[in-house]
Amino acid sequence: MAESMTNTATDKLDPLLEEITGPTPGQLLWRRVFGHRGLMIGAVVVGILTVIAILAPLLAPHDPYAQSLLARMKPPVFLGGTWEHPLGTDHLGRDYLSRLIYGARVSLLIGVVAAAISGLIGTAMGVAAGYFGGRVDAVVTFLINVRLAMPVVLVALAVVAILGGSLTVVICVLGLLLWDRFAVVMRASTLQVRQREYVAAAEAIGASVPRILLTEIMPNIANNLIVVVTLEMAHAILLEAALSFLGLGVQPPTPSWGLMVSEGKNMMLFEPWLVLIPGAVLFALVLAINLMGDGLRDVTASENRS
Amino acid sequence: MLDRAGAAHPTLEIRNVTKTYSVKQGLMAKPKPLTALRDVSLSLRKGEVLGLVGESGCGKSTLAKILLGLEAPTEGEVLVDGQALGSHDRLALARRIQPIFQDPYSSLNPRKSIADIVSLPLRIHGIGDAASQKQAVRDMLDVVGLPARVMNSYPSQMSGGQRQRVAIARALIIKPEVVICDEPTSALDVSVQSQILNLLGDLRREFGLTYLFISHNLAVVEHLATRVAVMYLGRIVEEAEAGDLFDAPAHPYTQALLKSVLTPEPGLGVPDTQLGMAYPNPIDPPSGCAFHPRCPKAGPVCSATAPVPVPMREGHVECHLFDPKSPLYEDTSR
Repeated sequence: MAESMTNTATDKLDPLLEEITGPTPGQLLWRRVFGHRGLMIGAVVVGILTVIAILAPLLAPHDPYAQSLLARMKPPVFLGGTWEHPLGTDHLGRDYLSRLIYGARVSLLIGVVAAAISGLIGTAMGVAAGYFGGRVDAVVTFLINVRLAMPVVLVALAVVAILGGSLTVVICVLGLLLWDRFAVVMRASTLQVRQREYVAAAEAIGASVPRILLTEIMPNIANNLIVVVTLEMAHAILLEAALSFLGLGVQPPTPSWGLMVSEGKNMMLFEPWLVLIPGAVLFALVLAINLMGDGLRDVTASENRS
Repeated sequence: MLDRAGAAHPTLEIRNVTKTYSVKQGLMAKPKPLTALRDVSLSLRKGEVLGLVGESGCGKSTLAKILLGLEAPTEGEVLVDGQALGSHDRLALARRIQPIFQDPYSSLNPRKSIADIVSLPLRIHGIGDAASQKQAVRDMLDVVGLPARVMNSYPSQMSGGQRQRVAIARALIIKPEVVICDEPTSALDVSVQSQILNLLGDLRREFGLTYLFISHNLAVVEHLATRVAVMYLGRIVEEAEAGDLFDAPAHPYTQALLKSVLTPEPGLGVPDTQLGMAYPNPIDPPSGCAFHPRCPKAGPVCSATAPVPVPMREGHVECHLFDPKSPLYEDTSR
């Protein structure tokens, strides 16, 4: 203790050791992202489909709404069709490839917007419940239970029956219904992060609640949020397809993959490709998004473990 | 309570503080009260280092949280400069009292750079512009013995000792008067512990700090503390000047704690504290003196009535052995 004042200087690290630094958390994350095969495959497929959806007017060979009663039910090129309609035409003579390309817009739009709306609602509720606890938590938990007791398809059916089916209605219904998983996951993550001492340190410094939520808690639960976003996107896309198939979602003639399956189902025994092509694309998109979600979970979970 | 000469008001004081939590056991069971602190009074005078020792679960950290204003006491009051904690401005209070936490792996936000972490207090309190804040961080890192190079690092790139230095820098950058150290070395390697303790000792002299030093390790407390309070099951059972307490511990629990300190000599094994029984369940504390089931000197009165604090030396002790009104008093040859 006597040599105290010089101690601060000598306590400095060995200068030889100073140059050795580990990678930053960001560098580690990117390294794991590029090393994860499932995540990369999913991301590439989703990326390609997104580009196709954005560039639809440039890529589509025909107008997706243009009917031609003379060119109905043309088979795709691999079943003996012509390159005029590479994936054939539907029962109204509309180019199948063009409808598929425009359908990607509907699916991705619904996936992104519905996940964004429900993500906003669910995250706000979950973070508030996890951070404040007590009555806020009791109310949020009750709302989650109420929501989980409502079957999505039945509620959507009732809403569409009242308001009529349209893209906007479907997006709103899904956005207002799919927040349950966000709320559950964000609540649990917030409860966990709230226990960390850096939150207590920020409180002891005098940081305001919004500041703590935004700068101390949100960055540390963002990885869980991203995973839920991807899973709920896939969920919303599948639900839209299901609602459209039942005639409750996007209304004709809007090109939607679910609607295309629905319109093709009468001819399924004779022309199975009418159902298989949109079904396969839907399958590929949902699989890719789920691969991305699983990959993101793996990539971020290993960070929490270290 | 106990009269003490000295400053008009202790910097930080708690009076008759009780803190109860309700604990749910099982789905249908009624929540039971867990009394973490029972009628505790303690004062922290300017410039001193008050060591607070006790086993895990005796209420040390609860006391720290109450002093920091992170939790409200169920009963009793917390006074800062003789005025209620609640009457002080939250930011002004934060500038005077700062914590250093136990686990440097949990006390630094893993998503922020060291510069961000250390400058946060300056940004929240709006002290200086970006350039002067950066310079202040650089100076503070130098004071705690870290090279300026670490400013752009993240906590995951640092060792436990380095992280604790960062946590100390964050606590001291707004120049507080009181630092509440909640087991600041227990998560560190033994060799690093001494470095951090020396650093805390140096900083205290350099900045004239007052410490409340919480630990379960008596050796650590002996190294730094000027006064020691011993806690058992939510009560302060003995309080004395550090020299007195380590030379002649009065309370049987303090004696047992001192015996439990590991000797550097190999082959002696774990010392026998003669405490035997495990720590009691705080939901269901023993009757009378909470320590009586483990006390080697307990008499019949100990399980019947709770002892009252008896002034002794520069502090107090709470044990029937030292209470002149207690039947056990004659038994000891003091």
